[in-house]
Amino acid sequence: MRPQRITLLLLAAMLLLAACGPAAPAEPQRLALATTTSTEASGLLAYLLPHFEEQFNATVEVVAVGTGQALQLGRDGNADVLLVHARTQEDEFMAAGDGVRREDVMYNDFVLLGPADDPAGVAGSASAAEALSRIAAAGATFISRGDDSGTHVKELEIWAIAGLEPTGDWYVSAGQGMGAVLTMADELTGYTLSDRATYLARTLEGTELVIVLEGDPILFNPYGVIAVNPDKNEAINNELANQFIDWLVSLEAQQLIAEFGVAEFGSPLFTPDSEAWRNR
Amino acid sequence: MPGELTDIIALSLRVTGLALLISSLIGIPLGALAGLRRFIGRRLLMLILYTGMGFPPVVVGLFVYLLLSRNGWLSGLPTEFLPSLFTPAAMVFAQTILSLPLVAGLTAAAVMAVDPNLRLQVRALGASQVQAAWTILGEARAGVLVAVIAGFGSIISEVGAVMMVGGNIAGHTRVLTTAIVLETSKGNFDLALALGGVLLGLSFLANFALLTLQGKTLDP
Repeated sequence: MRPQRITLLLLAAMLLLAACGPAAPAEPQRLALATTTSTEASGLLAYLLPHFEEQFNATVEVVAVGTGQALQLGRDGNADVLLVHARTQEDEFMAAGDGVRREDVMYNDFVLLGPADDPAGVAGSASAAEALSRIAAAGATFISRGDDSGTHVKELEIWAIAGLEPTGDWYVSAGQGMGAVLTMADELTGYTLSDRATYLARTLEGTELVIVLEGDPILFNPYGVIAVNPDKNEAINNELANQFIDWLVSLEAQQLIAEFGVAEFGSPLFTPDSEAWRNR
Repeated sequence: MPGELTDIIALSLRVTGLALLISSLIGIPLGALAGLRRFIGRRLLMLILYTGMGFPPVVVGLFVYLLLSRNGWLSGLPTEFLPSLFTPAAMVFAQTILSLPLVAGLTAAAVMAVDPNLRLQVRALGASQVQAAWTILGEARAGVLVAVIAGFGSIISEVGAVMMVGGNIAGHTRVLTTAIVLETSKGNFDLALALGGVLLGLSFLANFALLTLQGKTLDP
């Protein structure tokens, strides 16, 4: 074969290969979502996002970091949309003009855990603050995260409301993640504050800890979704961000959130709380 | 942090020092025995010691955790003689297991390297088995020192086991390595780095002390 023929053959083969590729009607749009680790680690996003991606021909790129860092990504214009839980900081973010739209999405909650025999008599407390006061008064072992995490900050907030500064042998500052702290509380038959999702996941593996207090409004942990101000740079996809927010607060997505985790844990991990859901 | 820091340094030294003392008291005679005597199971013992040298701290931590846990392997048995979880004693226990194979294995290697004729000579001069072993250990003292230093280095710097069985409790079981992990997770990289520097300096001083203690050991 002459060289020209070979070239022609190769060209034909390449064209054929190109034609065989996926027949894409349109390139899917990309949406950069900065969020907190809890939504990713709990499996919520992996469950929720495919529904959105399919309906809107989009690819959602998730960056799961701490709430502070997620907000910073938004401030720097490196994300289109944020899904975070830090109401005060979210309000500051909006006030500074870094975001153009904010909607309530859902909440999860913290629960106070302890041994089943409840040595400090916490069950029946009127509030989380009263429960912690009883633990302190009884000198019952309490395991604190002690790592500046959101859960630790919440725990300190409740101590402040109770007007107590927890110190003493009974107050154990573990400086470790939620999983390790649950293990310690179980082992030392102590009390601890945990987010519900991590606790429920642990019950599947077996734990003697039970919920001794739940439902105090201070234990609620609301999540908001924010569209980043598109004036920051040209790459920000505000149209798709708005579509994402519209979808996330719609009854359809809210129903999906309400069902998430029920089959596995027997109760939902997140409670839907968008305006549309509240007014349904 | 400053007052807390001295506590953390003191506990690091106490836990590692005690674990090293115990593993040396057991490991050096064990290593000498394995290196000098011929007995059934000797090869197996050496195999276990050499394998133990590369044991991941976190696996030892897991093992000790399950041993000491309320619902662990020994639950229901009388375990008063064992330390409780999340105490410095439990950390010493885990670090002893970690450093013992290093001390014993390297001691065995050191005494095996001593000229066998020396032992025959000493025996011929009327020394007992123990006296002969003592002489050979003296002859191999540079190698034995390295065994102890290797044991120290492996446990002063490990974090997996002490985190697991100690729990990194502030003012109780927090040591330098677990404090470094905590500060890193908080994003306090500067403090974590400073703690790393302290650990390095401490290791340097401890090794310096060990070498000085042995005097002219390393000189021929």
